[in-house]
Amino acid sequence: MAKYMLIMRGTDESVGKMMETPFEEMLETVGRFNEELIRAGVLVAAEGLDDPSQGVVVDFSGETPVVTDGPYGETKELFGGFYLIDVASKEEAVEWAKRLPAFPGSKAEVRRVPGIEEFPQDNEWIIKERAWRERNGQL
Amino acid sequence: MPSADGGPPIADAARRAVEAVWRIESARVVGALARYTGDFALAEDVAQEALAEALVTWSRDGAPANPVGWLLTTARRRAIDAFRRRSALDERYALLAGHLAEGEFSSGGPAAPGAADDLPWDPARVDDDVLALMFTACHPVLSPEARVALTLRVVGGLSSEEIARAFLVPVPTVQARITRAKKTIGAAHVPFELPRPEERRERLGAVLSVLYVIFTEGSTATAGDSLLRPDLAYEAVRLARMLAALLPDEPEVYGQLALFELTAARFPARTGPDGEAVLLEDQDRRRWDRSAIRRGLAALGRATSTGRGLGPYGLQAAIAGCHATAASVGETDWERIVLLYEALGRVAPSPVVELNRAVAVAMASGPQQALDMVDELAVSGRLSGSYLLPSVRGELLVRLGRTTEARAELQLAARLCGNARERAVLLGKAAALE
Repeated sequence: MAKYMLIMRGTDESVGKMMETPFEEMLETVGRFNEELIRAGVLVAAEGLDDPSQGVVVDFSGETPVVTDGPYGETKELFGGFYLIDVASKEEAVEWAKRLPAFPGSKAEVRRVPGIEEFPQDNEWIIKERAWRERNGQL
Repeated sequence: MPSADGGPPIADAARRAVEAVWRIESARVVGALARYTGDFALAEDVAQEALAEALVTWSRDGAPANPVGWLLTTARRRAIDAFRRRSALDERYALLAGHLAEGEFSSGGPAAPGAADDLPWDPARVDDDVLALMFTACHPVLSPEARVALTLRVVGGLSSEEIARAFLVPVPTVQARITRAKKTIGAAHVPFELPRPEERRERLGAVLSVLYVIFTEGSTATAGDSLLRPDLAYEAVRLARMLAALLPDEPEVYGQLALFELTAARFPARTGPDGEAVLLEDQDRRRWDRSAIRRGLAALGRATSTGRGLGPYGLQAAIAGCHATAASVGETDWERIVLLYEALGRVAPSPVVELNRAVAVAMASGPQQALDMVDELAVSGRLSGSYLLPSVRGELLVRLGRTTEARAELQLAARLCGNARERAVLLGKAAALE
């Protein structure tokens, strides 16, 4: 088993379509998909992000970071939320990604999430992180 | 990645894509087919035929836009063909074939033309279909081995090759078990339905037993060179989660899920760098999977909150929970573990439970009292032939300083142990006493 993150990326087109969709309808569509993941026993975590216009961007192009209000200017695809699933193969992660409730114009990226056990276990920072994860029950 | 059958990479990619879809959908596809054909064996046959066809077609033409609909439509056509062949022998099949061809497939009653392809199954009945499938695959008329193979095949969506690899048996053995199981279900006229209320408890017990066997084989391989076969154990966890979603009010379903999660949480610490077994007392608890522990404790809480008391799985989960939340062996609440083993011994008496209780007593009250219990167990002969008894006895004798006896017991345990990794640990301990 391996953990994969399904990263949802929206565009102006998909966000526009989302805005036209009644909230109740969206809740139901997303809820059904979440339920599918739960029933299949693969869902680990999921979060969606707030309106990008409420966010800020920290830009590292110059010598010191520059903070600007969102949205992200010329960026075409905006990170909108993620699912973290535990599945047997990359193909299975892709198959779930294909079923994401997504509006036309959006994209989903499928990325494997390495476990902390894949890092050098004697590294002091990994040991500290492990201890923190242990205390918090973090994934 | 090299292809298993030596085929070209594109066919290999298609095969893996088909397998991924099948892993997600097999239970619903076979469940829906079984309900509409009323014939579990036929449903499994045509589902496998559709799967085989998918491998050929998808690697040639690419995966269809709606893979599930494709599989279901293809399987349905095969089922109609089969009914038509049989209709030459029996009128009833002609009627069934007619109904299926008309698209009366996705709902109980006649559907609008074309609707069958648009709606592969009736969402309201999917849960019952999958549950009925689990109950059928774990039916008491089947041998335990057949139940395991059939459950992994139809509910888990594993191939015969995967099942064979997991249980270290030849592929033809698995195929023969599945074929025979399907014939048995047909011969016994097992209906494809949920068990009646009066037999429900017993039948649920049979399902839980099958999942337990799968998990146990993955978490303590009875044969072979590796201690763990985590993929098999995780498959059992996945099936237990599926069952928990379907039966949210059954404490033992959640108890079992909790037990699996809490046991699997220790996997990362259970083997050393060379694959050798690491005992609980020597495990680096920092390597335990904290999120699995959190899920396990949540499931245990759910089992407790039904207010019907913990059953055998829930009690074992509660014991695993004591270990999971203890910082070390010394800081473990052994008194509570002794109580939980006593309760477990009452609801599910077994010599292995008594042996485990003795181990807990040794930790709570000292080795002599535990040794008396183990000796009593030895006299009863109920664990003769098992390596567990001499290995525990050996440990207790070590703690009591009776070195010569201890060495002999540990060597005996090693001779009886089927797992190479565990055997190595036992021999190592015996040698350390020289």
